[in-house]
Amino acid sequence: MDVVRVDSSAIVLMVAVFLASAVEMIEALTIVVAAGVSRGWRSALEGGAAAIVVLGVLVAALGPAIVRWVPINSLRVVVGAILLVFGLQWLRKAVLRATGYKPKHDENAIFAKQVEDLEGREPRSSGRDPVGFAVAFKGVFLEGVEVVIIVLTLGTTDHNLGLAALAAAAAAVIVAAIGVVVARQLAGVPENTMKMAVGLMLVSFGSFWSGEGIGVRWPGSDLAIPVLVALYGAVTFIVVRALNAQKARETRKVGRAELA
Amino acid sequence: MPNSRDGATLPARWLRAFWHFWWDFLVGDTPELFVAMLVILGVTLLLAKGVSTTAAWVAMPALVIAALVASVLRGRRAG
Repeated sequence: MDVVRVDSSAIVLMVAVFLASAVEMIEALTIVVAAGVSRGWRSALEGGAAAIVVLGVLVAALGPAIVRWVPINSLRVVVGAILLVFGLQWLRKAVLRATGYKPKHDENAIFAKQVEDLEGREPRSSGRDPVGFAVAFKGVFLEGVEVVIIVLTLGTTDHNLGLAALAAAAAAVIVAAIGVVVARQLAGVPENTMKMAVGLMLVSFGSFWSGEGIGVRWPGSDLAIPVLVALYGAVTFIVVRALNAQKARETRKVGRAELA
Repeated sequence: MPNSRDGATLPARWLRAFWHFWWDFLVGDTPELFVAMLVILGVTLLLAKGVSTTAAWVAMPALVIAALVASVLRGRRAG
């Protein structure tokens, strides 16, 4: 029986799952709102809710099975490796977006494109709209699969699946509530900063668990996780500052060349 | 078993979709990070078993940082 346990690694776990879920939920919410506006709210909300139920069943079915059947050290190596790669991908993307080398995720543009695509389809009949339902279901399910992987990997390895699922559910409820209030102004959410924070935590958990799984004894045990978050955070900060400074120098150089 | 237009059966298509999902998820457009993860785990394992656990926990974050910086620089050139 999995119970909710709160210690230093559980707090970092809870924050990581909450932020990761919030980032993905913002993307899913954009799609649901676009489907609601263009195809009707009933089908869009039903599609989104159906996807959440399917994702919940996935966590409930796979989580306990993984904990029960997979040896803890093997689980730590596999999960740690997945988190390491996944976290490095998020962190890399967030750094490139923060320094302008990659365009930022524009929820307003995504929303406008979704609405345009959906309004171009055949008009909805009265009652349920299968297009609106399918688009909302697919959007929430696909964005939610990443959350399910994060909840399962973090929750099972730390033997805190209940807490991980609670943090994800809390993020879903809060983002949905914000969505009701701001509806079409999702671009105002600092998504890239959240993505960077999640990337830092996933890389830290990934280092810690894959290390433990292959025989590394971290000094301070679980306390090494916040230290790793701080270390990787400091390096990320330095990299962002250095790339921004370099970009400013390049811009000045191009400006001078154009003037000459 | 129903066949698709390319002649694949349903289980074969599911298997292919499953493989594609994990490939996109772990490798995608950053194969250098997947290779880096294998190198990081391999070197850390060798250090933990052959040298000392202290060398392993010092080397592991350093290798992770090196992988991140290298991948960001690669992304900057590509972007």
